[in-house]
Amino acid sequence: MTALPQATDKRLGLVIDLDTCVGCQACVTACKGWNDQGDGLSDQDAYGADPSGTFLNRVHSYQVAVPDAPPQIVNFPRSCLHCEVAPCVTVCPTGASYKRAEDGIVLVNPDTCIGCGLCAWACPYGARELDADQGVMKKCTLCVDRIYNQTLPEADREPACVRTCPTNARHFGDFADPESEVSRLVAARGGYDLMPDMGTKPTNKYLPPRKKGPGEASLLAPLLDIKTTGVAGWLDRMLGKLPG
Amino acid sequence: MNPAPSVILFSTLSGLGFGFLAFLGAGALVPSGWAAFFLWGLGYGLAVAGLLAATFHLGNPKNGLLAFTQWRTSWLSREAWASVATLVLLAPVALSDWLGLCLPRGFGWVGAALALGTVVTTGMIYAQIKAVPRWHHWLTPVMFLGFAVAGGAMLAGSALAPLALVGVGAGLLAIWRVGDGAFRRAGQTMGSATGLDRIGTPWVFEPAHTGGNYIRREMIFVVGRKHAGKLRWIALGLASILPALVLLLPLGWLGVALAAGLHLTGALVARWLFFAEAEHVVGLYYGARG
Repeated sequence: MTALPQATDKRLGLVIDLDTCVGCQACVTACKGWNDQGDGLSDQDAYGADPSGTFLNRVHSYQVAVPDAPPQIVNFPRSCLHCEVAPCVTVCPTGASYKRAEDGIVLVNPDTCIGCGLCAWACPYGARELDADQGVMKKCTLCVDRIYNQTLPEADREPACVRTCPTNARHFGDFADPESEVSRLVAARGGYDLMPDMGTKPTNKYLPPRKKGPGEASLLAPLLDIKTTGVAGWLDRMLGKLPG
Repeated sequence: MNPAPSVILFSTLSGLGFGFLAFLGAGALVPSGWAAFFLWGLGYGLAVAGLLAATFHLGNPKNGLLAFTQWRTSWLSREAWASVATLVLLAPVALSDWLGLCLPRGFGWVGAALALGTVVTTGMIYAQIKAVPRWHHWLTPVMFLGFAVAGGAMLAGSALAPLALVGVGAGLLAIWRVGDGAFRRAGQTMGSATGLDRIGTPWVFEPAHTGGNYIRREMIFVVGRKHAGKLRWIALGLASILPALVLLLPLGWLGVALAAGLHLTGALVARWLFFAEAEHVVGLYYGARG
């Protein structure tokens, strides 16, 4: 049903640490690899001149001008935030888009999806992509087929993007439990919501890049204030006296 | 937003069709015999052609009937119900007019209200989307309703049609004026989209992907802005001013046909702009306000 659950028992989601993410795109490929099973995520013209494809996770890179500090490059993974007030769910005419009452994961049932695209329009975060081959909507499942999968070793029972991240920039857990690792990280590091004014109450949280201290002067700075001596010093003084 | 021909045709044709059906149902025009057959057929034909065009927008239309299940939450599902209910309820009225059965007009009044209700649900599909600030306004369903009422009045040969068409023009000017500031008023920036405004001012260093994707094709459409100003004048002239003037000339049914052709062309231009000018907040992640 496309009515949202009043509350969910668990609130499973991700914490993404923008301080440690190095933008290696490993989460993008791990996500694509795991979710390419079954119906998969189709690509179009993958080896041609105009490649395009369905991905559930994209990593942007931003440069940030930081006041009184050196500028920073911030790598920014973007995927479904499994919102509490998920606008993508309520707009769905068929009930294909739904939010699970037990753990809050937002999913699409491909067997009932008509591919109208309205859920993708409703999502402020661009988390949903219509599979051009299959004509149905695809989105992050929080690897629901891994996290409860008893046939996998326990260490693998987390989303593929989290499992693969080489810098530990991605964390998976239950936000309903205040003692969980993700809850403690959010409390300690000031985890925040994306576009909170959109009223979606995202479950996933982002940890801001840490302050990098005061700006170091340019490496060339000592060269800019050379005290000249001898002939050069005389020339410097004489030239300084000339007008213009 | 991508101005897909399927959704433009859908909302324009079905809006005009349901508007005309509302006038026929309410008895503003009571044709009889074969005239009734063709006029009701025109109303049904426009409405159904629009609905069929909408199915071309679906990636997986074989599950289409499931769209009737979520009317409690989804405006698209409500629209499915309202449109079918309208077409079913007005059928006996249409038959009565055609075959001279003289059935009471009650069904017609309910059907007329439902026809206009259908147009409102169409508008609400767009107006409900907060992520597209230009659409997220009560003027959106009012604009859809205005087009339906004016188009219906025009086809029905109502004396009020020129006034209604001028009303459409005023509505377009209002929605453009309000819409132009909507994105700014929504207050979302690349800073709030990424949350990086808490440390400084972000801008795009490198795109997340160099190839195209569904998000860019569907939500970040920038082609139309270049000629938007000219297209607005064209839409205003064709959808509102010219057909209103033509209807004031003593041309009879020829005038109605001419006005209808002008109005429909203008409505298509206006609807194209409605999509092409609408900017989705997801564009902020790509450094495109669009």
